[in-house]
Amino acid sequence: MDLGQTGGAVHTNGHGDPAAAARAAAHSHNGDPSGNGAAPSAPNPLGELLGLPGRLSRLAAGAVARRIPPADLDERDPDYIRESLPGLWLLASIYFRGEVRGMGNVPEEGPVLLVGNHSGGNVTPDTSVFTLAFSSYFGVERVFHQLAHNLVVSMPGLSFLRKYGTVAASHENAKKALRSGAAVLVYPGGDYEVHRPIWERNRIDFSGRKGFLRLALEEKVPIVPVVAIGGQETAIFLSRGEALAKLLRLDRMFRLKVLPISLALPWGLNVGDMAGHLPLPAKITIEVLPAIDLEEEFGPDPDIDDVYDHLLRTMQDTLDALAAERRWPVLG
Amino acid sequence: MRVAGSIEIGAPIETIWAQVSDPGRYLHFMAGVTRWEVEGDQRTGLGARYRMLMRVRSAEIGGLIEVVESCAPTDLAWTSVLGIDQRGRWRLRARGETRTQVEFRLAYGVAGSGIPGWIAERLAAGTVQDNIRHSLQQLKRQVEHEQLRSAAAERRSLRAGSST
Repeated sequence: MDLGQTGGAVHTNGHGDPAAAARAAAHSHNGDPSGNGAAPSAPNPLGELLGLPGRLSRLAAGAVARRIPPADLDERDPDYIRESLPGLWLLASIYFRGEVRGMGNVPEEGPVLLVGNHSGGNVTPDTSVFTLAFSSYFGVERVFHQLAHNLVVSMPGLSFLRKYGTVAASHENAKKALRSGAAVLVYPGGDYEVHRPIWERNRIDFSGRKGFLRLALEEKVPIVPVVAIGGQETAIFLSRGEALAKLLRLDRMFRLKVLPISLALPWGLNVGDMAGHLPLPAKITIEVLPAIDLEEEFGPDPDIDDVYDHLLRTMQDTLDALAAERRWPVLG
Repeated sequence: MRVAGSIEIGAPIETIWAQVSDPGRYLHFMAGVTRWEVEGDQRTGLGARYRMLMRVRSAEIGGLIEVVESCAPTDLAWTSVLGIDQRGRWRLRARGETRTQVEFRLAYGVAGSGIPGWIAERLAAGTVQDNIRHSLQQLKRQVEHEQLRSAAAERRSLRAGSST
C-alpha cells in the first residue's frame, strides 16, 4: 500500500465541514494544532510575482479541502484488506525484505495511538510493511486506521487507501477513530520528516509537532512507538525544498511545507515527488516498542515538552541501534 | 496450497498424541510458531480454539483456529475461524508397539486474493515446508529424549530397589 506522506499527527482542518475545512486549510501553515509551529507567514511578494496571488492560493486551498473526504470510518473494508494481504506480503517479504519486531508490544485490545517515524518520500514502504504486520498479527477484524496527509486522501487514484482505514489527519478524525476503539497510526513528522535528506535518514524529526501527545492524553490512550529504518534509502533524497515551497505558497494552498528534490527511479531528478517514484528495494526493519501509558509514567498533568523529549529520545535510541545493525545501505 | 511432512518416531502412539494434543507444548517444538494460545475455556478436544501465528518471512501469519476432529490417538484436525484460511492435521499411525509414523499437513491460502495470492502461497511454501520439517524433527528429538530419560529413570529405580 502506498500511503504517501502522512500528516503530522493532528491537524485542525478535517472536521467534515468543507467550508470550515477550506478556511482552516487556507490559514493552516504547519498543520499542528499544538501551536508549536511557525507563526502565520508574512505576505509573499515573490509568490505573487510568480502568479500565485493570495486569492488564487485561497481558491486552490479551498479546492483541495473540498476534495478531502469527510472521515467515514465505515469505509474501512476488512474483506478488501484480507484479500490484499498476499499482495502486501509479496511486496513486504520479497521486495523490501521486511522485518517487524515486537508486535506483541501493541496492547491486545482497545484504542491505541501508534506513533511512527516516517520515511520514503511519497512512496512509504514502512507503512505497507507495518500494515501487513498489524493486519496479519491481529487479524483484519481489529480496526486499524492510519492518518494521512490531506493530499493523499484527496488524490485521484488513491481512494483505495480508505478501504485500508486511511483517513485525513485531523484532531477530530483521530479522536473519532480512537473513540471507536481503533488502533490509530500517526506519523507526527508527516511531510516534513518523510522528505528529509538522505544524510539525515537515521534521524527522527517530528519538527516539534506535539499535538499527538495532547490527543493521547485527552483520550487516555497508550502510545506505542514504532521505529522504522530503510525507507529513506529507497531514493536519494537531496532536499526538502522548504524555501521553494514557501516561495510557491504551497504551504498555504496544500498545507505542504516542502517541495522535495530527490534522485529517484524512473525520473532521475525528481522535484515534488507528486507522481511518486519507483522505490529502491531497501530492506525495511521495524521495531515496535513497549506501550507508554502517559498518565501512569508522567503523572496526570505531564509537561508535554518532557514527554515529547522522552519519546523522541527513546525512538532515536532504537533507530540508532537499528542503524548499527545495518551493514550496507539498501541491502540492509 | 498444501504442504506436508512425515517422520517416524521411536515412541508409542499415545506418547506422541500427548504432545500434539497439548496446546501448551506447541511453542516448544513447532518451528516458526510464535503464538499458540488457548482461546476460551476449552483447552483440548473437539471445539477447542487457539490463536496461532507462524512467522513466514516478513509477517506473522495465522489467526483463530478451531479443532474440528479429535480422534485420540490418531487424528487431530483444525480449520481457521479468523485469519488466513487454513486446515491442519496431525495423522499418527502406530508401527508396532514402540514406533509411530507422524504426518503433519497444512493447507493454507486467502480466498479471493487472485494472482498475488497464488504467487504468495507458492513463495511461502518453502518457508512453511521448512518449518514443518524442523517441527517434526524437534518433536522426534523431544519425544525420543524423553523416552530415553524415562527409561533411564526406570532402570535407576529398579537398581535402587534390587540393592535394598
